[in-house]
Amino acid sequence: MLFGFEWDLSSPATYAASILPILLIGMWVTIQATVIGFAVALALGLIWAVLKAAPFRVISWPASLMTEFIRDTPLLVQLFFLYYVLPEYGIVLPAFMTGTLALGIQYSAYTSEVYRAGIEAVAKDQHEAARALNLSASRTFTHIVVPQAVPRIVPAMGNYLVSIMKDVPVLSVVTVLEMLNVAKIVGDRTFNYLVPLSMVGGLYLVMTLVASAGVRLLDGWLPKQGIPLK
Amino acid sequence: MNDPIIKFDKVIKRFGDLTVLDELDFEVGRGEKVSIIGPSGSGKSTVLRILMTLEGIEGGVVTVNGEPLWHEQGPDGLKPASEAHLRKMRAQLGMVFQQFNLFPHMTVLRNITEAPVKVLGLSKAEARERAEELLELVGLADQAQKYPHQLSGGQQQRVGIARALAMRPNVLLFDEPTSALDPELVGEVLTVIGRLAEEHDLTMLLVTHEMRFAREISDRVCFFDQGQIREEGAPEELFTDPKEDRTREFLKAVLD
Repeated sequence: MLFGFEWDLSSPATYAASILPILLIGMWVTIQATVIGFAVALALGLIWAVLKAAPFRVISWPASLMTEFIRDTPLLVQLFFLYYVLPEYGIVLPAFMTGTLALGIQYSAYTSEVYRAGIEAVAKDQHEAARALNLSASRTFTHIVVPQAVPRIVPAMGNYLVSIMKDVPVLSVVTVLEMLNVAKIVGDRTFNYLVPLSMVGGLYLVMTLVASAGVRLLDGWLPKQGIPLK
Repeated sequence: MNDPIIKFDKVIKRFGDLTVLDELDFEVGRGEKVSIIGPSGSGKSTVLRILMTLEGIEGGVVTVNGEPLWHEQGPDGLKPASEAHLRKMRAQLGMVFQQFNLFPHMTVLRNITEAPVKVLGLSKAEARERAEELLELVGLADQAQKYPHQLSGGQQQRVGIARALAMRPNVLLFDEPTSALDPELVGEVLTVIGRLAEEHDLTMLLVTHEMRFAREISDRVCFFDQGQIREEGAPEELFTDPKEDRTREFLKAVLD
């Protein structure tokens, strides 16, 4: 029994049917970790991108160094660090929070590069036109650059969404009950790993296909020339 | 020339080792229509880009309406201009770009009203009214709600002209406004520019390869070569009886 659901081992089919609700509870945790981790990656990545583009080296260099460091160390190392080291300094976060934060921080280093590329891809002549019209730098960024950069960054960001989703099982090492961890516990108790692990594979496939389709839909819906302003 | 609106005084512009403007002296009078012709790389467009503050200068002084453009008065003479000074000076100038440079994600109307609302502080209704008058002027009254990619190149450039005019500049700079257009679309843009030249006291500075057009609308034509004005004069004079060999060679090459 797990989460109040009993398993029925009389046949593989009944076994699968009986543990599906258990796995779906784990899947819900996976989805939450993905969404929150992705949101952190998007927000923090934008902050990195802005800092790295700063005209002052005292700001841009540390930001570049940090993102490089984050990118070049394994997610698991960062996760362990947050989970085991921070409590020594009195910062105790729940396992789920620690895990999603680690995911978000790791991926923020990647999304910052996507932002940078998207912003730089907006042609120089757009900046010149804005300057000739005396638009302020901030107005140019928010109303000329960003609307044109967004359609360019959506496909790459979509790839990272799927990647984050596939990295959520790493959180199981800090006891987060995401889908793979749940399936493993079910296997441990029933001595049947084949069915739950196969089901995790299948459910992952469904999730990533749905996420990719969503990104493609958004990509197709956004006009290539930018988010329209009437 | 007394009281020129634009004055270049020994202006030097370099890109790396390349000297694009070599102590250029150049003046434009109030309301004057001046065309700049010359071979590629002669520094023609650079003159406009310096005036629009898209390129800085390495030496000399540029004056617009009696005030230095790239400098401002400091306690001990001229010092490099601050962004605030550039913003103030820029308001007197408008530019029409070779590649139109319209904002692709904005409707024609929004392209024209964005800066008047955000920079000049016009109300949306006022800006809209001004934009509609200008669209009428360039013959695109019925295209206000379209996006640039739904228009032909000639139509896009006419929107570009309307967008620049909406800021009510004293000086309008045209940087090869028809060079990116298919030949059959050049006429409609030239017609609009020609009408502007005839009906408005706007000062116009036009870099162009359209010799016949330059001859028709200009009060004065300047032949640029190697960062200097080689020859200038009334269009009739310069086109029919050029004094310099270099001018003659250039005109022969482009007119034949």
